[in-house]
Amino acid sequence: MSRLPTFRKGGIHPHDYKELSCSAPVEELPCPDELIVPLSQHLGAPAKPLKAKGDPVVMGEKIGEASSFISADIHAPASGTVKEIRSITLANSVVCDAIVITVDKEAEPVSFEKQDYDSLSREEMLAIVKDMGVVGTGGATFPTNVKLMVPKGKHVQHLVINGVECEPYLTSDHRLMLERSREVIEGILIAQRITEADTVIIGVENNKPDAIDVLKQTVKEMHVDVTVMALEVKYPQGDEKQLLKATINREIPSGKLPLDVGAVVLNVGTAFAIYEAVAKRKPLIDRIVTVSGEAMNEKKNVRTPIGTTIGTLIDFAGGFSSIPEKLVSGGPMMGFAFYDHATPVIKGTSGLLALSSRKKAPQTACIRCGKCIAVCPMGLQPTKLYRYIDNRRYEEAMQTDLMDCKECGCCAYTCPAQLPLVHAMKLGKRLGRK
Amino acid sequence: MSTSKIMWNVSLALLPAAMWGVYVFGFRALLIILISIASSVGFEYLLLKISKDASVQDGSAFLTGLLIGMNLPSGASFVIPVLASAFAIFVVKWTFGGLGANWMNPALAGRVFVFFSFTNLMNTYPMPRTLTSSAGDAVAGATYLSSVKMAMSDQVLTQASGSQVLSHLGTVTTGFAQQVSGLFSSIGMNLSPYTVDAFFGNISGSLGEVSAFLLLLGGIYMLVRKIITWHIPVSFLGSFILLAWAFGGLRNGNGLFSGEILLPLFSGGLMLGAIFMATDMVTSPVTYRGMILYGVLIGFFTFLIRYYGSLPESVSLAIILVNIFVPAIDRYVKPRKFGEVIRPVKEKKEERA
Repeated sequence: MSRLPTFRKGGIHPHDYKELSCSAPVEELPCPDELIVPLSQHLGAPAKPLKAKGDPVVMGEKIGEASSFISADIHAPASGTVKEIRSITLANSVVCDAIVITVDKEAEPVSFEKQDYDSLSREEMLAIVKDMGVVGTGGATFPTNVKLMVPKGKHVQHLVINGVECEPYLTSDHRLMLERSREVIEGILIAQRITEADTVIIGVENNKPDAIDVLKQTVKEMHVDVTVMALEVKYPQGDEKQLLKATINREIPSGKLPLDVGAVVLNVGTAFAIYEAVAKRKPLIDRIVTVSGEAMNEKKNVRTPIGTTIGTLIDFAGGFSSIPEKLVSGGPMMGFAFYDHATPVIKGTSGLLALSSRKKAPQTACIRCGKCIAVCPMGLQPTKLYRYIDNRRYEEAMQTDLMDCKECGCCAYTCPAQLPLVHAMKLGKRLGRK
Repeated sequence: MSTSKIMWNVSLALLPAAMWGVYVFGFRALLIILISIASSVGFEYLLLKISKDASVQDGSAFLTGLLIGMNLPSGASFVIPVLASAFAIFVVKWTFGGLGANWMNPALAGRVFVFFSFTNLMNTYPMPRTLTSSAGDAVAGATYLSSVKMAMSDQVLTQASGSQVLSHLGTVTTGFAQQVSGLFSSIGMNLSPYTVDAFFGNISGSLGEVSAFLLLLGGIYMLVRKIITWHIPVSFLGSFILLAWAFGGLRNGNGLFSGEILLPLFSGGLMLGAIFMATDMVTSPVTYRGMILYGVLIGFFTFLIRYYGSLPESVSLAIILVNIFVPAIDRYVKPRKFGEVIRPVKEKKEERA
């Protein structure tokens, strides 16, 4: 059996816990009574609100306008009335304003019908992607229209699609590939037309063999030139740097972008959102969230309107089976632990995990074992950085490539001394930038 | 994997070799080990009372005690393990800041301290039980290395390998070793019975270092459990083997590439040092590249002191000597960064076109 391609440097193999929810077909969450729609669900500046208290909104209507080049529009996930605009704290500790909508269950249902888009030009499709508020759904939420804009002089050789979903527990991308492969591939082809990429590669980790088969089958049926590449299972293969190394064997240098190695990377969920935007003129107003974890009663994949509170999702999954030690938005490696059940689901919320407690060894001094260096996918020296940061030598930490740290958590996962390495990196970056 | 799991697993890996030492050297060996462990843990526990730079729970004091015990001859006076442990725990570990802060291998430093300060109290290397039957009533003997060293310096023999010297001195071997040696020579391979005895542990020496075979088993266990990696043992033993083979024959007039390999490999504390002492995480480099450099340097110094120095046994000193270089190695040796630009991208694009 020949080895599957993957990135070579570092990486870990945590138990993936996918079996908890990978067989659960996507369920539609019945629209809740209230939606809290934050104006900052993306990288970049928050959107400017277009509605005020008391205004009526229609499902899909634009309620927030992108306020700068790197920003995105916000749309109403359901019809109703604006109750208020208030400040909220998101799971990632960002504080921003949110438009709270009281949903009108009696309103006329809005449907988004498939339209013909073959005659659209690149620029027109790009404008629609921007207008429909599409951002990266993998978690980083970078505005997709900015990503798909290829500057003059640069050429995209490879459009690489991230079907890796390397975080444990998360299965939303898996189910999307299984259930909506055709739409995903149509979205990918739209992205290919916009970026004028030469080739298209979908990278999927080998713990999703059914998804790989379905994608390959759909590609064959659609008679399109898309390569579905099975990759060895290794965390953090979903990071664009590691994914590009695995699929096209190119390493992005520090401070550079995928475009600098001739590639553009998109998550499968984003490709699906591009399809819905261009083919159905449906803005990004819902997404699949994996509701899982040992302390969650039922483990499901739920298509959730943006702005649904976590509490609603937890109730939909039958509540907690035991008191969770941590409630996480996203995955266990890079997600955010939070506690407020009124926190809304946003465009980048890939998962909601109720994790029960795990036996943890006590923290000791660093024993200089070097395992953190061995597993760091970026080739950094976490032990050295930790030492600098612990001793408040932030400048020196910055000079030791601290900013290249992706906060993936491989080092902290491996450290026998249980050192809070990622915490230190985050702290060091914040204080080192000053 | 946690710190204490690592420490306890290393102790577990040492156990077979330690038990063999007790088997061949008798009850006194067990006492040495127990006193050593008790002193190390005891001193660490005392330190806990006055300082936060000490820890008993994580098993590191136990491991230090076990290693010190295994590095001593079973004929050592009972005060020796106590002194060695005191030096290791107080001076080498605690004064620098406790676990993770010392730069010198504590067990080896303890051993070297007692070796130079109280040599006469620990110079008795009894014969192993498996040899005494062949040797009659001989109670104590020199180790292979010291015999060969003395013979070399007395210029008793020239143009002879270590095995030939031992044979000339009438050193005894076990019947088992003679059988194995006979087996190999029947298929045309030259394997001296001394090498076989040295591999399985039927020689005199420090009570934990004699059985290369059991130490290797412990090493394989640690490799499988991912406690150590191959880098240090392979680079250490590799560089030693290369140098011993290339230049080892020179001192007795045999020319280049004629040095004996296996007997020196299994004699003395080389296996114990390469598998358990040099791989100590705290005092070895943190990067793989650094570890290989470290291993090569230790191999070099081991060879140098053994073959051209005045001491028969050199591993402890070689390791401590190279420990001095480790902070510098860690400062200058870096892992390869992801995306490190070796040639600018523009150049490469032109080449491809």
